[in-house]
Amino acid sequence: MLAEAKFRAAIVKMLRRAEITLPEDVVRALKRSRARERNRIAKLQLDCMLRNLDLAKNLGAPICQDTGTFTFFIQLGSELRLDFDLEKSLSKAVAQATREVPLRANIVDPLTRKNTGTNLGMRQPSVHLEPVPGKKLSIDLLVKGAGAENWSRLFMLRPTDEKIAIKRAVLLTLVEAGGQLCPPVIVGLGIGGSADAACLLAKKALLRPLSSKNPDKKLARMEREITDAANKLDIGPMGLGGRTTVLGVHTAKAACHTASLPVAINFQCWAARRASARLARDYLRVEAP
Amino acid sequence: MTLIKLRPPLTEREVTKLKAGDLVSVSGAMITARDKSYARVLDLLHSHKRLPVNMRGGVVYHCGPLVKKTPRGQKIVSAGPTTSARLDRMQAEFVRRTGVMALVGKGGLGEEVAVELARLGCVYLAFTGGAAVLAAQSIEKVERVLWQDLGDAEALWVLRVRDFGPLVVAVDTKGNNLYLRQKR
Repeated sequence: MLAEAKFRAAIVKMLRRAEITLPEDVVRALKRSRARERNRIAKLQLDCMLRNLDLAKNLGAPICQDTGTFTFFIQLGSELRLDFDLEKSLSKAVAQATREVPLRANIVDPLTRKNTGTNLGMRQPSVHLEPVPGKKLSIDLLVKGAGAENWSRLFMLRPTDEKIAIKRAVLLTLVEAGGQLCPPVIVGLGIGGSADAACLLAKKALLRPLSSKNPDKKLARMEREITDAANKLDIGPMGLGGRTTVLGVHTAKAACHTASLPVAINFQCWAARRASARLARDYLRVEAP
Repeated sequence: MTLIKLRPPLTEREVTKLKAGDLVSVSGAMITARDKSYARVLDLLHSHKRLPVNMRGGVVYHCGPLVKKTPRGQKIVSAGPTTSARLDRMQAEFVRRTGVMALVGKGGLGEEVAVELARLGCVYLAFTGGAAVLAAQSIEKVERVLWQDLGDAEALWVLRVRDFGPLVVAVDTKGNNLYLRQKR
């Protein structure tokens, strides 16, 4: 059986790894963008990002001072038996990583704005538990800074609106945000469901590696179209102009009410931090994405 | 890559010479400020009190650093820029009352705020968002920490930096604004 101490140690390791190194697919996408840019300032911005990634890795320091908030997506097998409280252990791991890495204390009460100092708080970290058959346990972690998260949008479009309206929603938000969300960004786009489901789909879509293809052909085409249109906006790295505004668009859909078309957008900054872990016998293996 | 070297306190002459698109670096004193400290600066000045630090001709950095407590004091580990536009409703008054001549941040300013800053003779210098470890390498020393009751991220950190950059002059004193290009 998976022991709590081992579980917690693996979560701390995940947090540390996510904060200090970017997934390989993101680094590759940034390097590809650097090769494509012609604008002198755009090149400089991407060079600074890549240099920063090397420094962070070599010094073991968090890539960005905004070490963000943590969202855990957990698939928990219904036949798996655990002798500890999963959420309590996750919280302990977050507090430990905050002290040890260290991470910036970002979590405050929404009204009094008082900082808890531990990165813990009511419903923080955010945990999404999905029951699955069998004895599986897999955990995906998304780290999000406020710069990108602050530009999240929910559009309740008309059911008669066509695909172009979805595209327009993304492009308008990108133009309005300009450099504020730290482009080049990954766009998570949740289509359908309900207001809550669309937001969750959009956020979860950010877990998908940039190198992967959407298995749904229509969605894959939409992703390509929005990516191409976004990269013609000349927003560029950090909003200073250039060809790279988005690294990728990831869409996911859910069935919805005949009278609605919810569309949610969640952005991830270029420092697209994530990590995952899977249960292997009696320990949790942290996987380098 | 040639960087124009700035050493605060800045003079009107050197600031007006900067053009949008120029690359610069800062050496010397730099003060961090963001949401809560901006508000406190304005509160103090509204009630005719003195600021604990002189900002005239200074460089203010929109940043909430990540700080490690060590036996030898507080070490800044990661210190990239935060979103400047969050401070937009205080920006012009802050610059006018403090006499700051350069703001360092990321993401740019609202169009009208940028025009107002240019009129006040203050430039906006963009540093790459998220390049926080790179930024921290140029911090030689934490000279003073003020208002730590606001929390590490919101406190005023008086830093001594060396060749802090590369920074892009994104808004110059003529009102040229690199962020406006994509909206035209």
